[in-house]
Amino acid sequence: METLDPSLVDWSRAQFALTAIYHWLFVPLTLGLGVIVSVMETYYYKTGDEEWKRIAKFWMKLFGINFAVGIATGIILEFEFGTNWSNYSWFVGDIFGAPLAIEGIMAFFLESTFIAVMFFGWNKVSKKFHLAATWLTVIGATISALWILVANAWMQFPDGMHFNPDTVRNEMASFWAVLFSPVAMSKFTHTVTSSWIVGSAFVITISAWFLLKKRELQLAKRSIKIAAVFGLLGTLLAAYTGDSSAYQVAQKQPMKLAAMEGLYQGQNKAGLIAVGLLNPSKKSYDDGVNPFVFNIKVPGLLSLMANRNINSFVPGVNDLIDGGYPKVSKSGEPGIALSAEQKMEKGTLAVLALKDYKLARKAGNDSLAKVNQAKLEENFPYFGYGYIKDKKELVPNVPLTFYTFHVMVIIGMYFILFFILIWWMNNKNTLHSQKWVLWLSLLGLPLAYICSECGWIVAEVGRQPWVIQDIMPANMAVSQISAGSVQTTFILFAVLFTVLLISELSIMIKQIRKGPEGLN
Amino acid sequence: MIKALKSVFRFYYEGFREMKLGKTLWLIILVKLFIMFIVLKIFFFPDFLGTRFKTEAEKADFVGNQLIDRNTNP
Repeated sequence: METLDPSLVDWSRAQFALTAIYHWLFVPLTLGLGVIVSVMETYYYKTGDEEWKRIAKFWMKLFGINFAVGIATGIILEFEFGTNWSNYSWFVGDIFGAPLAIEGIMAFFLESTFIAVMFFGWNKVSKKFHLAATWLTVIGATISALWILVANAWMQFPDGMHFNPDTVRNEMASFWAVLFSPVAMSKFTHTVTSSWIVGSAFVITISAWFLLKKRELQLAKRSIKIAAVFGLLGTLLAAYTGDSSAYQVAQKQPMKLAAMEGLYQGQNKAGLIAVGLLNPSKKSYDDGVNPFVFNIKVPGLLSLMANRNINSFVPGVNDLIDGGYPKVSKSGEPGIALSAEQKMEKGTLAVLALKDYKLARKAGNDSLAKVNQAKLEENFPYFGYGYIKDKKELVPNVPLTFYTFHVMVIIGMYFILFFILIWWMNNKNTLHSQKWVLWLSLLGLPLAYICSECGWIVAEVGRQPWVIQDIMPANMAVSQISAGSVQTTFILFAVLFTVLLISELSIMIKQIRKGPEGLN
Repeated sequence: MIKALKSVFRFYYEGFREMKLGKTLWLIILVKLFIMFIVLKIFFFPDFLGTRFKTEAEKADFVGNQLIDRNTNP
């Protein structure tokens, strides 16, 4: 058996997390602010009011800064796939490659073609063409996000593929199953609508700053008018799509749901934790320590969310490890859940079948190869369990998943009230005189970012140890390289990202202070 | 056709020439792309399989052996 430096897996994961978190500072703002700018320009197109043009141009400039600094930060993730995660990259084959290629060819070119018209085209193309270019840039960016999220969703719920033991790759059996997987759809809608919150919070925070400074009053009020409504719409839709996402997690990744709720012992009519403090003394799922210092639950809501049935059973961490509870299979047949040990046995059978298949092929024994291929296919849904040494590895970091999930939900709920308050005060024309609300609004952008990044931490930490759910754990996906080289590039990235972020912030702040061109 | 190409060229030429803030942003983009593709990609992020193996069959064989060797219960 090959031995891996455990710090290699940790550093590779840390580096990927750092890059993804940094990349995610730019993407939601592009998706959210882009729609707001397009709506503002639509107002200009419809009314012919030059003030709307000036407003749209101001926010478009900030959109451009974010776009320019954020561009290509996602490419680094692809570098990491090829160097640090080469087993994974090979193993996923065209399942992962196809959506990324489509993203690069179709959406990126749509985005980059029309963004030129968006910035260079004022007074050079017709108003209608310019408006179309602005909308197409945003639509292109959103379609880009779709393909990336489809690829990510496949890792959470691998479907529509067939494993080829000769090429050691997963081959796409159904493009439509990959694209329209329920996990992909809920992930896409939830991610995009939550990005609208970031865009709206950005506009409201900067507009509130203008109101506090008693500058650009008309720009600020009109911007808040759009952003508050759009933000409220985004928050309500994010709550709705978040519920669909949670349902998919319950069905496809029940361990993640258990970690999100700190649920160790499964329950019928399980309650959803509204607020809670985890017990720091709990070190392992089977140590018998009470998982909570205190919590407040909404009775039955977790069962309703997980199974659409308020009286249903929701398995906890212990149930998922021990198995034995009634469970409906993927094909809809009732059955009994397997224990972690049973899954690990099946995983080992699958890996050994791959080994024997390769030996049989080498020896030219086709009939033996067929027998082993059938054994591999039968046990392939548990392939990754063949790499799990201890069943405790199957439990993700519960405190991190639990707290990030609840921070996300609490901030999300707060935003519903916040956007209603801002919209109402702005409509009554009292917002500019309510200093406390304006100061509160300055917190909007950091809170929106915390909420958005927490969502990704829940999605990614909650599915550990899996890189591909049930099929490939992180320790099987990494390349056999030195942990030192990953540490070096981690530090390089940390420096590069910090410098880029400082440059973005300084340019952005300078432009905000300047305000829209021509007023002062 | 040539007229259309000329007007597209002029559109971009004038657009780039009239940029103010855009020049700084383009500088950031170019420096960033240089660091990413020339420094990071070449010196720090070689294609692990591509630099070790020439054929697809060799890569498949290597990954296949890795999957078998890393099994915890051989």
